[in-house]
Amino acid sequence: MHSVSIKNLDLMFDQVPVLQNLNLDIEKGEFLVLLGSSGCGKSTLLNCIAGLLDVSAGQIWINDRNVTWEEPKDRDIGMVFQSYALYPQMTVEKNLSFGLRVKGVDKEEIARRVANAAKVLQIEALLQRKPAELSGGQRQRVAIGRALVRDVEVFLFDEPLSNLDAKLRADLRIEIKRLHQKLKNTMVYVTHDQVEALTLADRIAIMKNGVIQQLSSPDDIYHTPNNLFVAGFIGSPSMNFLHGSCENGVFTCQKTGHKDVVIDLSRYPFKEAMSKKTSMILGIRPEHLILVEQQQDVPFSVEVQVDIIEPMGSETVVWFELQGQSYALRLHTENHIQVGSTITIGFDPVKAHCFDSATEQRL
Amino acid sequence: MAHDITPSGPKPSRLSVARIGVYGFLAMSAIFFAIPLYVMIVTSLKGMPEIRLGDLFALPNDPSFAAWVKAWAQACTGVSCNGIHEGFWNSVVITVPSVVFSIMLGAINGYALSFWRFKGANIVFAILLFGAFVPFQVVIYPLIIFLREVGLYGSLTGIVLVHMAFGMPIMTLLFRNYFSSLPEELFKAARVDGAGFWQIFFQIVMPLSVPVTVVAVILQTTGIWNDYLLGLIFAGHDNLPMTVQLNNIVTTTFGVREYNVNMAATMLTAIVPLAIYLISGKYFVRGIAAGAVKG
Repeated sequence: MHSVSIKNLDLMFDQVPVLQNLNLDIEKGEFLVLLGSSGCGKSTLLNCIAGLLDVSAGQIWINDRNVTWEEPKDRDIGMVFQSYALYPQMTVEKNLSFGLRVKGVDKEEIARRVANAAKVLQIEALLQRKPAELSGGQRQRVAIGRALVRDVEVFLFDEPLSNLDAKLRADLRIEIKRLHQKLKNTMVYVTHDQVEALTLADRIAIMKNGVIQQLSSPDDIYHTPNNLFVAGFIGSPSMNFLHGSCENGVFTCQKTGHKDVVIDLSRYPFKEAMSKKTSMILGIRPEHLILVEQQQDVPFSVEVQVDIIEPMGSETVVWFELQGQSYALRLHTENHIQVGSTITIGFDPVKAHCFDSATEQRL
Repeated sequence: MAHDITPSGPKPSRLSVARIGVYGFLAMSAIFFAIPLYVMIVTSLKGMPEIRLGDLFALPNDPSFAAWVKAWAQACTGVSCNGIHEGFWNSVVITVPSVVFSIMLGAINGYALSFWRFKGANIVFAILLFGAFVPFQVVIYPLIIFLREVGLYGSLTGIVLVHMAFGMPIMTLLFRNYFSSLPEELFKAARVDGAGFWQIFFQIVMPLSVPVTVVAVILQTTGIWNDYLLGLIFAGHDNLPMTVQLNNIVTTTFGVREYNVNMAATMLTAIVPLAIYLISGKYFVRGIAAGAVKG
């Protein structure tokens, strides 16, 4: 049984297709994150699930019920917005109970549910305040509480942490995760922040131009990205890419005026054996590049000059140039490296990612 | 504790040439608009012999409210000589429902147009806006025929309907612009919470619309109270507003022209809009500015 099921969904804004033939099944109790840069259609998709946008074609099922044309209130969903969207003229208590009062739930039940939600979110002391008297984090808790009191099946989050400062964002992120573990509701969470996506999600759907690029676990998305876009989107600093060609299991990157880079890919687990010469993009994450000590055996190594150093506390990002292009390498802080010094770097091709230059799909 | 830091450069002067210029201009503008008011008030407090001396700006020798009493209760407005107090109450009876209903209509229109984007909403809005630019003299004749056909010509309901119709474009524009400055997520949240069209309107949107409502009340009250032509044409003989009676007093062509009574009657007529401006001028400027910037 799927909690939310999206079938062949189309959405047009004035003849411009935003979502096209989109299919997505979300399991009961799953935490699904829709990840993508702005304008990729992730918020649009969430608004479609909520019923705040009318779809052009296709169906939306929630709890095995076709809700495509139902009002938001009949869909068994609660929604949390980026701007909190608290009713400014009402106290926190009235904000929490608004949905129930509209529905005509009796007073005792309302009081019980509000008290319960306030306890879960630790906002009991704030119940008589107005939203203007709350901090950003408190407001977002109230917004979550508003979905909580309605006792819904599916929680929808539309970039709920984007308006908060970095520290608060990290704190509230953990609280949302804790809440999910406690409630075990289905949650659909829209964000452009890959850290939020990787930490919170059971599965991530990475979107681009209204199309889901890859739908899998955070682990999978990080270690085996489906295509070039996903590979480049996840990870910070992002993956290093070398453009070249591959023949008989050897990758060659040529550039006039520079030494060729030749990498033996015989250990790389290709999806299918390649016979003829293929134009290819090879990717390697900055954290999978290693500093090669003397006489260490690494399948591929090369000498490079250090360009820029970015210390980040626990680790350091080292930028270097290869064939006139800038690449990054992530190291522990213990390795003291000077700008301008020459280092030998290398990697194990097993950890590399190969993509077809034409289709940009994983090889 | 004393600070050791000495400021450098000359201390900024509080009264620069530019400031003096600005204050001078403001003072002159104020005088320009205050002088007629001053002349009206002094004249209304004088007796006729004193007025005939022609000292327009002189203070009254023997101030008396006799002219005001006469204007209110005895002055001849056409055939009857009961003063303008009848017209005052007629104006109140016309203005109150016209203001209330036209604002309600504008608010609901603006709400529907900005939050419930139905198909063709933009066209409806364009037509409404067009209505704001049509000189109303143009549609008076068809309107008379229409009201005659439905049997409302010359009645209180008729004049209220006319004021509602003419107030609708500007009220809709005012409210729509204000509403589009409210965050849309608020409206979405209310929909998810299960509130319907009217619940969102009364419980979420209107409580946030006090400033714009104050502006609407001011605009409509002054507009409808000061109206002459529509009242004269549509209100019917029994409901003639104060402005029509004032005109009858002032333009009377026989007998002595009692300037003091005319002035007093005019002051009495102008008191309502004047009071509204004085009481809520702050809100008025604020609301107009809000609408203009965020529209």
